[in-house]
Amino acid sequence: MLHTVNKSSFERNSLKSCLNTIDNTSVILLIEDGVISAAKNTNSPMIADLAAQGRVYALQGDVEARGISSKLADNIKLVDYAGFVDLVVEHGTTVSWV
Amino acid sequence: MATKKFMYLNRRSSFGTVYAIESLEVVLIAAAFEQDVSLAFIDDGVYQIVEGQNADGIGMKNFSKTFHALGDYDINKLYVSAESLEERGLNVDDLMPLAYEDEDDDWAEKPSIKVVSNAQLSKIMSEQDVCLSF
Amino acid sequence: MKISIQINEGPYQHQASDTAYQFAKAAIEKGHEIFRVFFYHDGVNNASRFTLPPQDDRNVVNQWAELGIKNVDGEPELVVCIAAALRRGMLDESEASKNGIDGNNIHPAFRISGLGQLIEAGIQSDRLVVFGD
Repeated sequence: MLHTVNKSSFERNSLKSCLNTIDNTSVILLIEDGVISAAKNTNSPMIADLAAQGRVYALQGDVEARGISSKLADNIKLVDYAGFVDLVVEHGTTVSWV
Repeated sequence: MATKKFMYLNRRSSFGTVYAIESLEVVLIAAAFEQDVSLAFIDDGVYQIVEGQNADGIGMKNFSKTFHALGDYDINKLYVSAESLEERGLNVDDLMPLAYEDEDDDWAEKPSIKVVSNAQLSKIMSEQDVCLSF
Repeated sequence: MKISIQINEGPYQHQASDTAYQFAKAAIEKGHEIFRVFFYHDGVNNASRFTLPPQDDRNVVNQWAELGIKNVDGEPELVVCIAAALRRGMLDESEASKNGIDGNNIHPAFRISGLGQLIEAGIQSDRLVVFGD
C-alpha cells in the first residue's frame, strides 16, 4: 500500500496514526505540509527506521516550495509528480491520512 | 459488477467539520452498490459513534442516530481503534450499541462494532481495494 | 491504468486541489487514464465558473477544465457531488431552474451528479486517490 501524509507532524497526528497502522511492506509519501516531516528535526526519529529501509518518499515540489531541500533527514527519497503516479501504480491501494 | 473491498476512514468528530456527516452520506449510498464495506474509526473519529450525542444546543442536525440504520443495509463491519479509544478515556461501553441481524445465523442480533488493535487494523487495511478518507 | 481522484477541499484555501491537478496531469502524461475526478465536501467549489484569481496567480478551475477529462461519450468526468454542491450554493442550469434560482455557476467542463458516481469510480478504476485537508 501507499500511505500519503499531508500534515506536519508538529501540527496534527496524521503521521503518528499512519505509522501506528502501516504494515511491513507499505511505503509513505509525504506531500504538502507533510514534507515538514521529511526535514531533519526533533520529530525525525518517528520515521528514521522506515526511511532507512527506503520506504519514505517526499514530494520534491513541496520540499523545494518550503525551503527544506538542504535540510532533509537521512534516507528520504524525493519524487516528482510523475514519481507520485508511479508509487500509486506500484503499491496498490492508496490510503490518504487527510 | 465486481465486488471490491471499500474502507471508509473516519478520523474526525461529528460536528466541528462536515466530514463526518458527509462520510456517512457516502456510506449510505454505497450500500446500494453491494460492495464489501468496512468503516474504520480512528483518532477523534471514535467520537462519531459515542452514545449520548445531543446537538440541540448548537443548532445542528444530530445525525448520530443514522448509524443505527447501517445494520439494515448490511453494513456491519465498524472497526474502532482500541488505542484511539484508550487515549480518549473511552471504552466500548461508551459507544452506541450498533447491531445487525446475521442472516447466516438465524437472524441473531450481533454487534457491528469491533474494537481492534493497531496490528489488526493494519491487516484489515492491507486487504482493502479502495480507501476513502474523510 | 485507470485512476480516479476524490477532492475534498475547495481551491485556494487548501493545496489539495493543486496537488490533485499536478498528479492528474502527470498521470495523463504518463499514458494513464483519469477515469473520473469526484469533487466532494468544499471540493465542489473547484467547479465555479465565476472564479477570478488575480492575473499573476493560477486559475485552479480553468486548469481542471483544460485537462479535458471526459468519457467516451464526451461527457465531462469532472463530477461535482450534487448534495454537497446544492448545500454550498453551487448550481448548474437544471438545478437552478428546478429550484427557481436565477443563476448558475457550474463551469461547463464539470457536471453535477450523485454520490453513486464516487462509488462507481472506486469500482471501475484500478486506483482511487483522495486529496483533502
